[in-house]
Amino acid sequence: MADASASEAPTQRKNIFQTLEIDTRLLGMVGAFIVVCLVFNLLTDGRFLTPRNVFNLTIQTVSVAIMATGMVFVIVTRHIDLSVGSLLATCSAMMAITQTNILPSIGLDLGNPLIAPIAIIVGLAVGALIGAFNGWLVGYLAIPAFIVTLGGLLVWRNVGWYMTKGQTIGPLDQNYQMLGGIGGTLGETASWILGVLAVLAACFAIWSARKSRISHDFPVKPVWAEFVLMGISAVLILGFIATLNAYEVPTRVLERQFEARGEVLPEGYSEGYGLPFSVLLLVIVAVTMTIVARKTRLGRYIFATGGNPDAAELSGINTRFLTVKIFAIMGILCGLAAVVASARLSFHSNDIGTLDELRVIAAAVIGGTALAGGVGTIYGAILGALIMQSLQSGMAMVGVDAPFQNIVVGAVLVIAVLVDIIYRKRTGAK
Amino acid sequence: MVDRTGTPLVDMRDISISFGGIKAVDHVSVDLFPGEVVGLLGHNGAGKSTLIKCLSGAYQANAGEIYVNGQKAEIANPRDARDYNIETIYQTLALADNLDAASNLFLGRELTTSMGFVNEAAMEAETRKIMGRLNPNFQKFAAPVSALSGGQRQSVAIARAVYFQAKILIMDEPTAALGPQETEMVAQLIEELKRQGLGIFLIDHDVHQVKRLCDRAAVMKNGKLVGVVKVDEVTTDDLLAMIIAGKKPEHLAA
Repeated sequence: MADASASEAPTQRKNIFQTLEIDTRLLGMVGAFIVVCLVFNLLTDGRFLTPRNVFNLTIQTVSVAIMATGMVFVIVTRHIDLSVGSLLATCSAMMAITQTNILPSIGLDLGNPLIAPIAIIVGLAVGALIGAFNGWLVGYLAIPAFIVTLGGLLVWRNVGWYMTKGQTIGPLDQNYQMLGGIGGTLGETASWILGVLAVLAACFAIWSARKSRISHDFPVKPVWAEFVLMGISAVLILGFIATLNAYEVPTRVLERQFEARGEVLPEGYSEGYGLPFSVLLLVIVAVTMTIVARKTRLGRYIFATGGNPDAAELSGINTRFLTVKIFAIMGILCGLAAVVASARLSFHSNDIGTLDELRVIAAAVIGGTALAGGVGTIYGAILGALIMQSLQSGMAMVGVDAPFQNIVVGAVLVIAVLVDIIYRKRTGAK
Repeated sequence: MVDRTGTPLVDMRDISISFGGIKAVDHVSVDLFPGEVVGLLGHNGAGKSTLIKCLSGAYQANAGEIYVNGQKAEIANPRDARDYNIETIYQTLALADNLDAASNLFLGRELTTSMGFVNEAAMEAETRKIMGRLNPNFQKFAAPVSALSGGQRQSVAIARAVYFQAKILIMDEPTAALGPQETEMVAQLIEELKRQGLGIFLIDHDVHQVKRLCDRAAVMKNGKLVGVVKVDEVTTDDLLAMIIAGKKPEHLAA
């Protein structure tokens, strides 16, 4: 074929990013994120990039980021889910009622260690059921996802309201609150250990992928490129841990902790927060979802269906049941996000997760998920969520008026998609 | 010569399908023997694609029966068709454009590791092997198939059928989007598959192509079967007359 030889020529001269096989799109997003951080850091006289603010930014992003990973699958298969914020509210209401009313009434008193896990399982089950129901409406009854979830947006927000009679429910279980962010962190030592383990895992993954390619005689990157990649991942992971560890627990909080144990705070003693459990949860979700996307048949079918639904159907893929699965996954993630969001607030309120559907969709889209289907990455969606949250809290710190904050976020969403379209045209990528 | 004394590979009997009152296929019967290529001819909308989609599982017939190797076959969806070793190469090229050749070749039947994950390396290796046989020039294993030429895409689709050892192959205008050289490649491939004892239904518009590649031709018009003829016993003009006028050639009309 004529074009086969034509494509050989440009591969002779590769730039450094091609050698490293890093997605230039990802680089663009990371670049944008760094610019946002630096600009806000300048405008706030260095208050933006303090360990404290990085810590807060991270825990604020978790809930939306968890849902955004599921939204990637939904959008990749050419659907949309407008009901995630409302679903989050229903799951949160269900979990709040479970731990404050239902479980105490059947003999599990407040403070019982079983309360948090049972409540969380209930929340995830509710999310999975509602999600699967949405998926059934879309997949088997062929109602457009836009309509199903637009209806769901109204239905589930108000089901949550009805269940709690509009009341705010709190305070929630102490163990449950540990998943909210600052209420539950790993501490310095455990965070370092986890960080080192993560670096080792990343290096192992890079190396075993290389070995697998060599065993089949496929072309591989030069060895130095593999080491550079390992180095980059090590610096990123350990740098992140170091920053979170550098955020010190305030002295009065430590004093109270020591008092509770009947001890006196030693002079000059300090302790860092380390990695919050909620962020650890996000990391686990991200890794799991990435593995699902890349390494399982389910992930294959999701992307194949997004690329060409007819081809997927003709290849024997049960695309209807696939739709149910995708929406069920989205529902479970809404349940998880509800845990993090309500635990962070320490109570359930009716307006929890309001407008989250838009944040989640925006995060996925800024992260490079194409609404036309077939294209999207999990890490992109998380980075998108982080960029959105950085913009929002950065502007709040600078003191931008509330209306302008939303105007800027809205404009950024549109511009991000425009830039993406131009990028794809230039590079010829689809 | 094709031996038509045994049990036919496929026997479609009295198939009818209608869409909202329009009879797309009206009591049509065709059969296919091992090592035989049967051409399906007719105008656009004559019902050839619709008929064949009953066999590939994309549609279900309203009436009629399908026998595979003499056994009555229930084909409700494309998965069932695959269980009968029926593979289809579609006119619209049923490929997911955003995935690479290996992912498309194994779509729906991925090779997995012992852990249950898809084994990309093994699939790429198998793809390289089979493409080396079918289309040695093929090099773009990492690119999504949207970056491939029509012929390259067609070879991926054919590789899929060959790899999974189809016994019955349905080709819906396999050369419609191809240049002369690529068409020649597909023609050679059909000859090769025929020698291996596959039965092939070939839907095509090109009468010359059908005369060259097929053993028999079934002509349809307005959903009805005009007739099934041995291509050696008719001229291209006879075939054209069947397609256009819906008349069987006089020397065969008994």
